[in-house]
Amino acid sequence: MVRDAFVISASVGVFGLSFGVLAEGAGLSVIQAQAMSLLVFTGASQFAAVAVVAVEGSPVTAVGSGLLLGLRNAAYGLALAPTFRGRVAPCLLGAHLVVDETAAMALARPAGPERGRAFWTTAAMEFAFWNTGTLAGALLGQGFGDPERLGLDVAFPAAFVVLVAPALRSRRGLAAAVIGVALALALVPVSPAGVPVIAAVAGALVAGARRAPAGAEVT
Amino acid sequence: MSWAALLVLAAGAYAAKLAGVLGAQRLVPARFEGAVALLPAALLPALAAVQTFGAERALVIDERAPGLAVATALVLLRAPLIVVLVAATGTTALLRAI
Repeated sequence: MVRDAFVISASVGVFGLSFGVLAEGAGLSVIQAQAMSLLVFTGASQFAAVAVVAVEGSPVTAVGSGLLLGLRNAAYGLALAPTFRGRVAPCLLGAHLVVDETAAMALARPAGPERGRAFWTTAAMEFAFWNTGTLAGALLGQGFGDPERLGLDVAFPAAFVVLVAPALRSRRGLAAAVIGVALALALVPVSPAGVPVIAAVAGALVAGARRAPAGAEVT
Repeated sequence: MSWAALLVLAAGAYAAKLAGVLGAQRLVPARFEGAVALLPAALLPALAAVQTFGAERALVIDERAPGLAVATALVLLRAPLIVVLVAATGTTALLRAI
């Protein structure tokens, strides 16, 4: 588990580098870029907001598109809530660290102490890598290769497939996935970034609401 | 980017995360507990699909798709995560290089 957390977090770190470079190019100071990675700590939101700033879009658009991409963390938070067992400090700190990778790593484990360990281990490593990556990128600016040349953008969907696979062995899990993917892909051409993935929540609602085994019409 | 915009984004992003964590106990009726358990099954494949086939506001099949296909095949063979990541990123990188 620790090795998996490290590999995923290191990939996140490489994108932290490119976030730092992008932020610097968009006119953010090093302190602003760093503050964003420390305080926003949601890669997709940060990239979206800075991309708007880079083309001199309005602050409202920048913040709005960032927030839209961060909304899915609320859904991860719902699923992860029992991990924090209602205690105040873990809830407040843990909530800040709820992102795609930490949620995927934690929810791939059975509920209980093992899930908690996976969450906190991944969160600590990812926070460290994302922030040091941002600092290095913002300080050094251009000069790093594009992480996409190394295919690193595919590391995240690939990791999510690995981590979600056990949840898809049940009929309901598979039904939720099929509906979620279909909805999300259908919405990509017609909705702002962030909406398609949130819409996939409907997959869980539909598959979870059924009493009879779900998936009869989708498998 | 102004500090005000940055701090609003930070506060909003945290509010979304916290709403999920704190809302679970209070806001989710018992009959939706099954749906909450299925959230990762619905969200993570959707996220992977959008990250692989999405390009701005369009769906495309490019070098990412074979990478994800290799990853999926290896997952079915129960390969460990590191093997899946190396094979998937390697496939996409190779296709981009040629």
